[in-house]
Amino acid sequence: MTRQRKLLSIPYYLWIVLFVVFPVLLLLVQSFRGLDGSFTLTNIQTYFTSQVYLTMTMQSFLYAFLITVLTLAISYPAAYFLTQTKHKQLWLLVLILPTWMNILLKAYAFIGILSQTGFVNQLLETIGIGAQQLLFTRLSFLIVATYIEIPFMLLPVFNAIDEIDGSMVLASRDLGANEWQTFRSVIFPISLSGVRSGIQAVFIPSLSLFMLTRLIAGNRVITLGTAIEQNFLVTQNWGMGSTMGIILILIMFAVMYVTRKRRKGVPGR
Amino acid sequence: MLTEEIIVSFDQVEKKYDKESVLKSISFELEKGKFYTLLGPSGCGKSTILNLIAGFTTPTEGTILINGEETKNTPPNKRKVNTVFQDYALFPHMNVFDNVAFGLKMKKMNKQDISKKVSDVLKLVRLAGFEERGIAEMSGGQKQRVAIARALVNEPDMLLLDEPLSALDLKLRTDMQYELRELQRRLGITFLFVTHDQEEALAMSDEIMVMKEGEIIQTGTPNDIYDEPINRYVADFIGESNIVEGRMVEDYVVSFAGKRFACVDGGMTSNEKVDVVIRPEDLVVNQADEGGLQISVQSQLFRGVHYEIVGLDDEGNSWMVHSTKKTEIGKRVGLQFDPQDIHIMRINETEEAFDERIEQFSGLSSTSEVRGEGADD
Repeated sequence: MTRQRKLLSIPYYLWIVLFVVFPVLLLLVQSFRGLDGSFTLTNIQTYFTSQVYLTMTMQSFLYAFLITVLTLAISYPAAYFLTQTKHKQLWLLVLILPTWMNILLKAYAFIGILSQTGFVNQLLETIGIGAQQLLFTRLSFLIVATYIEIPFMLLPVFNAIDEIDGSMVLASRDLGANEWQTFRSVIFPISLSGVRSGIQAVFIPSLSLFMLTRLIAGNRVITLGTAIEQNFLVTQNWGMGSTMGIILILIMFAVMYVTRKRRKGVPGR
Repeated sequence: MLTEEIIVSFDQVEKKYDKESVLKSISFELEKGKFYTLLGPSGCGKSTILNLIAGFTTPTEGTILINGEETKNTPPNKRKVNTVFQDYALFPHMNVFDNVAFGLKMKKMNKQDISKKVSDVLKLVRLAGFEERGIAEMSGGQKQRVAIARALVNEPDMLLLDEPLSALDLKLRTDMQYELRELQRRLGITFLFVTHDQEEALAMSDEIMVMKEGEIIQTGTPNDIYDEPINRYVADFIGESNIVEGRMVEDYVVSFAGKRFACVDGGMTSNEKVDVVIRPEDLVVNQADEGGLQISVQSQLFRGVHYEIVGLDDEGNSWMVHSTKKTEIGKRVGLQFDPQDIHIMRINETEEAFDERIEQFSGLSSTSEVRGEGADD
């Protein structure tokens, strides 16, 4: 039995070594290489001393934060009301459906909607406000990024709320809590595990959204993702690109740590 | 009975889900300070009664008064009634203290009073010192106590218990039965306990309401219900019983299994078809020529406290006997029993008519006991 299990697990270990451990190690080694291929610390030094890189990191962080907050603000109430509906699985499917589409297709669709002759501007003209520059603004980037990330927040939050036992709500009402108190003291705290997973699923990818920054934001927003892409593909500075990749991984761990599960009332172990 | 002694009263309460009737025009009154049990199989509507009192659902028809007040528009959080849920429904994100303190916090009580009350009630359920424990770290029995403490700390007029012991193992369940009964006596709060376990109901209740398919079939003390079941359903549900068809020859004489027997019931028409109940523990195994009935033993099972002996009489009726002495399979034995061990049930009798008839004839049957035909204790 255990022998069989070991045999069966070999492909997974191979996968992890080949596609997770090995690339990360390569990235680590690469980040200590200069343009000429020699061992150097200049990449790290440049990153931490360059105003451009630090501002870009901060900007990345800020946008990822805003996208996460907006997604959460939209998804939590949506998920909550979804759990109260009769055909909740059907509605959930409808809301999750857009994830089946390629992100580039969705980006092009938004270009069509937001462009100068697009649907939104036509509407604005008819009501007399006149056409505006919508595409290639920071606002449009935020809106589109939020739209794309919503399903990844909605799903874990929905599951967390949906899993809450109905008797929990009855118990709270029975003990004298009104509907709002029940939500605040029982439903919301219990659903936090879903919110945590949602934040992890949205924040980290948002740090490195690089196609959207070009297609929707017209490079007005430069995220770490854009910078990594530029370093690898345009300036061919693989060392710098790798350094930033490593930094992204570290940020990821930091986010995981901040949003880790904490149990109240249980002595630390 | 004074009206202020009545805590809950149901008047022709009906509950329908979609078109299905879960409760069929139920009326009853519960007095303050008593231990009531709703007994019935799952799906008989007993939990619906609990939910109606707690305010989790509203009746389709009829009125429910709690402390004399109409409750149709009273939400659960405004009722002085608390519930102990079947799955405990403890809040997993809070420790024991916060769970118990929940109701008091909602009432905006000050912190000192809260911690005093919580520690008092935890002492009451023998969980002193468990305040900081997480819910996941508690055993089933401990969770049960927390759930009880969480309800009691609010000092409700009435405690509703929805099959609270069903998830516990046998030993713990028996212990909790004693504790609940003791707690109820000490606090004097009305308990309404829902269960499908007849032993639980018999052990704890002042009064039992036996339910079937949305109706209350019989209400009475554990003794009443055990000794004078109204019909086959109740007799069968409350403990093991031998139920055979018989005919009432005249008052105090019944015939079944091809013979006539003296009994203590009456008030039926002559030659009326009736159901006859004799409890297995009331039958005594004797020599074949002694005793009123003769059976040939078909099977014998050792049950620990007693042997469960099953045999057939000459008419083919099956009889179960609980006996502390063993016998042999295939042997012909006599069964002895007293007139008051025979319980006679009219077919399709209403509870009112039944109670009236019992009242009329129980006085007479006690005189027959005085005459020395033997008491069954």
